[in-house]
Amino acid sequence: MMREITFRDAIREALQEEMERAPNMVIIGEDIVPGGGTFGVHQGLAERFPGRLLESPISEAAIVGVALGAALAGGPAVAEIMYSDFLTVCMDEIVNQAAKIRYMTGGQARAPLVVRAPCGMTKGIAAQHSQSLEAWFAHVPGLRVALPSTPADAKGLLKTALRGDDPVIFLEHKLLYGAKGPVPDGDHLVPFGRARIAREGVNITLVATGLMVSRALEAAIILEKNGISLEIIDPRTVSPLDFDTIFASVEKTGRALIVNEATLVCSVASEIAATIAEKRFTSLDGPVRRLGAPFSPKPSTPGLEKLSYPSVDDIVRIATEMIPRRKTS
Amino acid sequence: MTDNDLAPETLVRFWRDMSRIRAFEQAAVYQSSIGKIYGALHSCEGQEACCVGVCAALGPEDYVASTHRGHGHSLAKGARMDRMMAELFGRSDGYCKGKGGSLHIADLSVGMLGANGIVGAGYAIAAGAALHAKVSRNGRVAVVFFGDGAITRGTFHEVMNMASLWRLPVIFACENNGLAQYVHTSETMVFDNIAGLASNYRMEGVGVDGNDVRAVHQATAAAVTKARAGGGPTLIECRTQRFMGHSSGDPQVYRTKSDIEALRRTGDPIARLEAELMSSGLLDRARETASIEAEVAEAIRFAEASPYPEAREVITDVYA
Repeated sequence: MMREITFRDAIREALQEEMERAPNMVIIGEDIVPGGGTFGVHQGLAERFPGRLLESPISEAAIVGVALGAALAGGPAVAEIMYSDFLTVCMDEIVNQAAKIRYMTGGQARAPLVVRAPCGMTKGIAAQHSQSLEAWFAHVPGLRVALPSTPADAKGLLKTALRGDDPVIFLEHKLLYGAKGPVPDGDHLVPFGRARIAREGVNITLVATGLMVSRALEAAIILEKNGISLEIIDPRTVSPLDFDTIFASVEKTGRALIVNEATLVCSVASEIAATIAEKRFTSLDGPVRRLGAPFSPKPSTPGLEKLSYPSVDDIVRIATEMIPRRKTS
Repeated sequence: MTDNDLAPETLVRFWRDMSRIRAFEQAAVYQSSIGKIYGALHSCEGQEACCVGVCAALGPEDYVASTHRGHGHSLAKGARMDRMMAELFGRSDGYCKGKGGSLHIADLSVGMLGANGIVGAGYAIAAGAALHAKVSRNGRVAVVFFGDGAITRGTFHEVMNMASLWRLPVIFACENNGLAQYVHTSETMVFDNIAGLASNYRMEGVGVDGNDVRAVHQATAAAVTKARAGGGPTLIECRTQRFMGHSSGDPQVYRTKSDIEALRRTGDPIARLEAELMSSGLLDRARETASIEAEVAEAIRFAEASPYPEAREVITDVYA
């Protein structure tokens, strides 16, 4: 059975089900008790699980560090950071501590820790509240990084993250919280490192992450009218990345376009493009193309903000460029 | 019970535990000087009463988060000397298979959550272990060791507030040796009463002579009792000194040889307890010393006999 629920409700269901399953699981975050948090994800959980939702002072380093300590003692533990931009305030706890604890201790320590953070663009909240920093974390050995684009994947990936023994950075796009989609009933789990083919096609493999999946799907409808068929792949987790699925598609289409919302320099899109070029060069009929944000901070004013993210039109334009113009007979 | 009532065997154990730490540190420094140990070491010689006094007040299931100067904490919490030495030697039988080295020795089986290469990172880890203990109602407590140099990290403020707010069963054990690497903390901190900082966090703060193992133990035992009863955290400032440099190879330009000799004469926590035990005839010093020397020699033999990790280990233990 499937139900249509929002991305927000899917996250809450995952948290609730896993808290019922793991009696010592805690959630630490700012404003998570009154109103369920800035984006309302924790609605009702504080009443249901007394003492296990910790309303935190504004202390991001301590939120992640304390969650890590609780994880080391058995966990699982969730740290909610209000905006993913604020993860930069707790990078020691994520990068030097959580990511490396298993390796540093020769495999003794397990850290069932999930750091959830809303990411990406919204309306006019500018440079310190709009970033897509997934590449920062994907670069660090020891971290898993999830970037779901549908309610079903959000629920299934979060439940998998909470049952694992590795620290996970779980990035939720702010513009997706209200989006509805079908979510299977029951104990729905989605594995890490397995991509989803969001649309089948034959001319171009388009790998898109997060909010860009929906823009790619819109672009695909326009392009189809022009005779260009996109195969859209959503990796769902950017660490690990499912190259098997990406390669299989590139072998079929011969062309690859990678779209992410993040600044393109040193991005996940760059990593995927480089790996395709390195490992599937002979399958390619043309250069791998990338699309991402310009190399600038996010502006507030709407006209400039619009130029700071890849649009449906951008995807249509680049995909069209990738297909050689047919000779008019 | 106060520490004046401690059983004679307990005092002998304190002496032995402190002496084991010193013997380990001296052996490690020597093995490093002859090239047997690859990475840097941070000897805790001089601070042994802090390690032993605190850890003797804990049970085997309680937690400790340690520092870069962590060998003494590991030994006092119950870690094995041979596997610690093997770790310093970079061998596969080391606690971390040689991957951690001195800065990351951990023994999760005795609640030792790890030394740490980042100053001020232990506060939150210990508080988190304490949160887990509180939620699961298992009665455990957690201790974070830190130096005076770590007080100026923002994490101190964040976690002191959070631990007090949530009444976590955590003990903040400051080993105040007066130095932050090469600088006297009097030159980098505008406050000199570390224990006194606690009152700003609605927390009890206790200052003790960190060279008096009984005083450290007594203060910790009281804090542990309070924490287990749900009374929340305590800050204990142990005023002590380190006899060695910050790390192996530190020329110690910030103090003179005679400064160090004076510290050894006046502050030595082992000599202080030893004088008392010898005068009362409780300590068979020759026998105990021989036993410790044998343990250290065996640890070195164990470390040297252990193989280096295989090449494939470079990418194992990254994920579960």
